[in-house]
Amino acid sequence: MINFAALGNDLYTGKRSIDFVGRYKRWYALSGVFCAIAIIGLVWHGLNLSLEFRGGSEFRVSSVTNSTNYESRAKDAVGTIPTAGAAEVTKVGTSTIRVQTEKLNEDEIRSVQSALAGEFKTSTNDVSASFVGPSWGASVSQQALKALAVFLALVSLVMAIYFRTWKMAVAGLVALLHDLFITVGVYALAGFEVSPATMIGFLTILGYSLYDTVVVFDKVRENTNEALGNGRMTYSQAANLAVNQTLVRSINTTIVALLPIASILVIGFLYLGPGTLLDLALALFVGIAVGAYSSIFIATPLLVHLRLKEPAVADLEKKATRYQSRHGGVVSSSDAAPVPHEPDAEELAAAGSDRESVSATARSGGVVRETHKYATSGPRNQPKRPPKSRR
Amino acid sequence: MAINPHNRKPLKILSALAAVTLGLYGLLFAVSTWGDAQWQPKLGLDLEGGTQIVLKPVLIGNAKVTNEQLTQARDIIVQRVDANGVAGAEVTTRNSQDIVVSMPGTPDKATEDAIRKSSQMRFRPVLAAAPGTNQPAPTTTPSGTATGTGTATGTATPGSEIPTATGTATTAKSGLPGAFVKGTTEPTPGATATPGATATTGAVTPTTPATKPVDGSDLAYVTDALAKQFQELDCSKPGVLDGLEDIQDQPLVTCTDDGAEKFILGPVEVRGDQIKDAVAGYVPLSNGQPSSQVEIRLSFNSSGTKDFGTVTKRLVNLPDPRNRFAVTLDSKVLTAPVAQAAILDGQASITGQFTIDSARDLANQLKFGALPLSFTLQTRDQISPTLGSEQLRMGLIAGIIGFALVFLYSLAQYRALGLVTVLSIVIAAGLTYVAIALLGWSHNFRLDMAGVTGLIVAIGVTADSFIVYFERIRDEVREGRPLRAAVDTGWRRARRTIFAADGVNFLAAFVLYLLASSNVRGFAFTLGLTTLIDLLVVVLFTHPLVAILSGTKFFGGGHKWSGLDPERLGAKAHKARYAGRGRVAMPKTASAVSDGSAL
Repeated sequence: MINFAALGNDLYTGKRSIDFVGRYKRWYALSGVFCAIAIIGLVWHGLNLSLEFRGGSEFRVSSVTNSTNYESRAKDAVGTIPTAGAAEVTKVGTSTIRVQTEKLNEDEIRSVQSALAGEFKTSTNDVSASFVGPSWGASVSQQALKALAVFLALVSLVMAIYFRTWKMAVAGLVALLHDLFITVGVYALAGFEVSPATMIGFLTILGYSLYDTVVVFDKVRENTNEALGNGRMTYSQAANLAVNQTLVRSINTTIVALLPIASILVIGFLYLGPGTLLDLALALFVGIAVGAYSSIFIATPLLVHLRLKEPAVADLEKKATRYQSRHGGVVSSSDAAPVPHEPDAEELAAAGSDRESVSATARSGGVVRETHKYATSGPRNQPKRPPKSRR
Repeated sequence: MAINPHNRKPLKILSALAAVTLGLYGLLFAVSTWGDAQWQPKLGLDLEGGTQIVLKPVLIGNAKVTNEQLTQARDIIVQRVDANGVAGAEVTTRNSQDIVVSMPGTPDKATEDAIRKSSQMRFRPVLAAAPGTNQPAPTTTPSGTATGTGTATGTATPGSEIPTATGTATTAKSGLPGAFVKGTTEPTPGATATPGATATTGAVTPTTPATKPVDGSDLAYVTDALAKQFQELDCSKPGVLDGLEDIQDQPLVTCTDDGAEKFILGPVEVRGDQIKDAVAGYVPLSNGQPSSQVEIRLSFNSSGTKDFGTVTKRLVNLPDPRNRFAVTLDSKVLTAPVAQAAILDGQASITGQFTIDSARDLANQLKFGALPLSFTLQTRDQISPTLGSEQLRMGLIAGIIGFALVFLYSLAQYRALGLVTVLSIVIAAGLTYVAIALLGWSHNFRLDMAGVTGLIVAIGVTADSFIVYFERIRDEVREGRPLRAAVDTGWRRARRTIFAADGVNFLAAFVLYLLASSNVRGFAFTLGLTTLIDLLVVVLFTHPLVAILSGTKFFGGGHKWSGLDPERLGAKAHKARYAGRGRVAMPKTASAVSDGSAL
């Protein structure tokens, strides 16, 4: 296993640094590819909505005498009619089996009826057929969408107030939509059925994606505030350092979140086959992975771009460039940390090759701040009081 | 043994958490022993099965159900089911005619009725009133001379010891406590209680010519036929009102809910859909304390307020019983109080024979609107779970495996601190379990498959709080702080992040819970719950525990396996650090530090 502690050290101090903000073109292109895949999935397959959304046909097999293994038997019987799709089987009361399938036409209904009657050894008269409407109808979706819109508006407001800039809210929302879109697209591509449970999965991703972005942005806020205060780093450098410093946390969190879902995915795939569990696990796995990716690779570079034109940020750019040219152009954690601290020689020597590296001698020849003469003269002299005898 | 003063506060917090946890489990124990709660969390429709109710619309004559009516009815039923808790019921239509409600567990009769009742509330002025049964009551003479009115005094009416029941039209015989008072229900002096409708048929004069009525209280509405129908009506006979045609602009002959009184009512003046909001509660006494009397407070929308004001203004000046205003629910009179003053602010309250539960049901029904149709119960069956039991079993197995993997990973990453993570997750799991079991009892909260998966995902989100915290501590150690200081500073910074991130999640849960319906609401509930528990555990457990541990030699001294080893974390070399009491801690040799950072 990679030694994350050591990696964390290097990332924290800036000894090793991945240029997340600078190489934005690469990440944006990668996301473009993901989105293209999602679009292909959506256009080519489309979302395969389940019975709960569209309604379908329902069959009731009454007076069943032998109902052992009713579930698999009914599924097998319905499976002989290809258009029926995956059947949902429930037992109603003690001797009635309810089978729900896709919406079928007259002929198909008749063949399903006879198949079920044959399987459960009853007459076709005991198999009633009817149409059921959707349980997750348009009104449920509408209400959910309305709630979602209100929530997004509110969360933008809260983020804008908390981070004191609406641009963080915008970047966070873009990352969120990016995650949802890619997840839905991959889901469509996999051809899994979208059930109400899947919808819940998508909503879970929404929560997780926002959570992750807020954690990363909080560090960005901390570092950039410090940079705006001491003028030692440009905005993008400070933001990039923040992402690097939270990288180990992001990796650890994502792995910890993905481990249980991966185990569901594997078990679901090996032992259960398609079903609620597998549907949910797939949606969540993709969503959480993409969510972690977007907080780092999309949200932060986007935020930097949005803010780059601001006068304060542009001003910082100039100030920091001046500072760095004076101090040898090295960015380290100490420049972002509130406590002023001189970087050690070792750190400077080990600074990344893509940066201007400066030898220790060059540095010692640099500007040395002169100390004020009062400060060197020891404790402050108090005015002396003349001795009593002289007063 | 003396307690390290550094540990006093963390220990206090930890004991608070222990108290909360024990309290919750104690509560669960209490309600499962003496109440109807159970130790296991309740499971949803897809995991446990439940009851399926098929509702058939009641159609008069050749009327047909339109699709809009059915969809509207379905939506209202969904809202009503949701108001009963977060059980996650499924409501579908069948054959464009029936409505099929599948709900987990076995709903009792009251729940079933609450779902299918039409709940058309209407407000009609009273034209005539009489006791419900045609017993040889001396004062109720068919000839209809005004006798016996105005004799009962307020103090003599049953129930007048309840201050708010004053000003009601109470029949001395039945003691029907019907009050229709101004919204705030100011207690009025008992003496104002008006004589009840002990014998008030005098108003009905069978020979009234059929002139065109001027307003809703005009007696011109009472035709001969209507008066006859009124006389013959016997409210004590069961089913006497079946097939009653309730037409809005026509007068109506009907009984009270309990059959104690019968009425001729004028046309509808205010409709139920003009009600904006309805809340059930206890009538406050004059000192602000709630009394045992249950009321439903109504507020009307603007048109309702106007109509209501007009009618009450008119009724105030009319003689008894025409100064009474009847509230009908599904064509039966709920209460028919006397209008004492014109109510112009659109606030009103109904008191009647409610229990707090029935009042709440009714308030919900009024709020969500009346069903466009009445429904009868066609069938009622047990249904099996839609998901096999293996899904839940496999899901749980996967959860356990996932948790074990998280455990191993935490140990590998954080060494001994990983144990703190795992312990925190175990505490969080324990709290979640008891919370779900308790909410199942109090809010009928049920876990469906999506909920179970959500809880498994919550392991990751909960663990994240600890990871954020630990990484912050490590950052501070890297800055060269001694561990105890690093824990304090790290916590201050991590806390902000954790609060912000959890706050956003909680907002999501709150908004979705308030605005969405059915499944989404259940999800919001789970999300809000896990977020709260995450916060609780990190504040009340993880931080104090780490604070205590930072005082131990193993962690504070930065043991190699503690996960907080300054060398491994590449802490910067200190210049000489003042260690107190005139001692100075010298930094370790520079070579050791540079080795550490090169690990």
